[in-house]
Amino acid sequence: MAEKTTSLRHRDALASRLVQAGFLAAVVLLWYLAATRWGVNRLLLPNPVAVFDDLVDILRTGEYIDDLKVTLGELAAAFSISVTGGVTLGYLISRSPYAIRVFEPLFAAIYSIPIILFLPLFVLFFGLGPASKIALGAAISFFPIAINTIAGFGTVDRLLVTAARSMGASDYRLFRHVLLPAALPVILAGLRMGFTIALLSIIGSETLASLAGLGHRIVHLAEAMEMARMFAYIVFVIAIAAILNAVVSALEARGRWN
Amino acid sequence: MGDGMATAAAAIRVRGVSHRFGEEGEQRFVRALADTSLDVARGELMCLIGPSGCGKSTLLNVIGGLMAPSSGGVEVLGKAVAGPLPHDIAFVFQESALFPWNTVIENIELGMTFQGVAKAARAERAGRALEAVGLGEFAQHYPAQLSGGMRQRAALARALSLETPILLMDEPFGALDEQTRMILGEDLSVLLARSGRTIVFVTHSLGEAVFLADRVAVFSARPGTVKQVIAVDEPHPRKPEFVTSTKFTALRNQLYGLLHDEIRKAVLGLGEAARGEAGPA
Repeated sequence: MAEKTTSLRHRDALASRLVQAGFLAAVVLLWYLAATRWGVNRLLLPNPVAVFDDLVDILRTGEYIDDLKVTLGELAAAFSISVTGGVTLGYLISRSPYAIRVFEPLFAAIYSIPIILFLPLFVLFFGLGPASKIALGAAISFFPIAINTIAGFGTVDRLLVTAARSMGASDYRLFRHVLLPAALPVILAGLRMGFTIALLSIIGSETLASLAGLGHRIVHLAEAMEMARMFAYIVFVIAIAAILNAVVSALEARGRWN
Repeated sequence: MGDGMATAAAAIRVRGVSHRFGEEGEQRFVRALADTSLDVARGELMCLIGPSGCGKSTLLNVIGGLMAPSSGGVEVLGKAVAGPLPHDIAFVFQESALFPWNTVIENIELGMTFQGVAKAARAERAGRALEAVGLGEFAQHYPAQLSGGMRQRAALARALSLETPILLMDEPFGALDEQTRMILGEDLSVLLARSGRTIVFVTHSLGEAVFLADRVAVFSARPGTVKQVIAVDEPHPRKPEFVTSTKFTALRNQLYGLLHDEIRKAVLGLGEAARGEAGPA
């Protein structure tokens, strides 16, 4: 009975995947028809075959490597800062009900405004180089991480804490064996959200004001009217983002117990 | 002098313990316990029974050092209680309080880690405790994969592995169905007859109290205090047939008689609470 249900679920999942693949294929087909048959200007919409050729060329020559290094370096630095700051501050705030009442709504409010609007300010303070992208990415991803850390530590079952105390758990062991594992699933969900918006805001800000990076490369190609190559870079960035998000989601799933 | 002899043998001495939640005049103000005194002898199983909200769980937390009383004090094995005593007292709570991210065996070993047991000794002691409660085959299961009764067995195994002279059990079978409860009660009686531990066991069930206890302390309605202590003169381990004996029925009826008025008072008290005159349960 259980096996039957599992195999049915597998078949359902497979069918969904086929529909998704079909949808993407239809989009590419429409794109192809629009570019070749319906006379859409090549400067607005290049032929997907040309885009594919450029993509192969980009991958073969490895010309993307410098820009990829810049973008991933910015992402790594920004995410390290926001994880360290968000988890530490979130934990400290979660220890005081008063601090939770003050900071939780404040962070939630700030999280809901588009911080990317402050990009000009970040550029003025940190320049056109990676520093402004790192600062912006860290600032934006700090909030979901801090909010989820507060929520994770703030909702630990009191009975588990009492039980651990009754068995003589020290502060350190209480944190290591009870508070942290209890809060971890919620914190990891926050890290995943933080990672995603850090990536989005870094690439986005590279397209607006920067000297290097994948976003910068795409805008540079657009200004040079090299549309097929620009589209090829967009596809490349989408693939990189999809891989990174899949890795982060897999790591999040591994840390779950509930 | 006779009183002095009795207290010398006592594992737990509760002296004039009162406890209130909140401050007088506040909406949440509750007088949970009023001037409660009680001795629990070494190796004795004492059941605390009383109407809801009579403070019996509060008393258990005070004995275990999880809660400081508003006044009065508790001595455990001759020491004044000022905080948790992990080497003297182990708890079993109403919900299992197992860590859901750890397997059963990890839960038991973690308890010993908290208590400070050397790493080399943990695995062997954990295995022995699991066998004792009949969960040997479920060592690698997570709590969510077990039934409610099995979770309580695992929680009991964790408490037993700590090898404390005293066990405090707060309605450990309260959330279980009647049949599971009966079986766990029988197994507990067998297990404890061998262990020589001192046990305080909070329960709502008259039958459970008579079946398990050497003595039953009956609490009055809130603010609770010990109204009367009844001895159950029957050797451990108790046989299932004990339940059908006239002695069992007589003791159960006696407890019912003592509790009936208190429960009625408590229920009327809850009625007042609904009209906003008293605090939460």
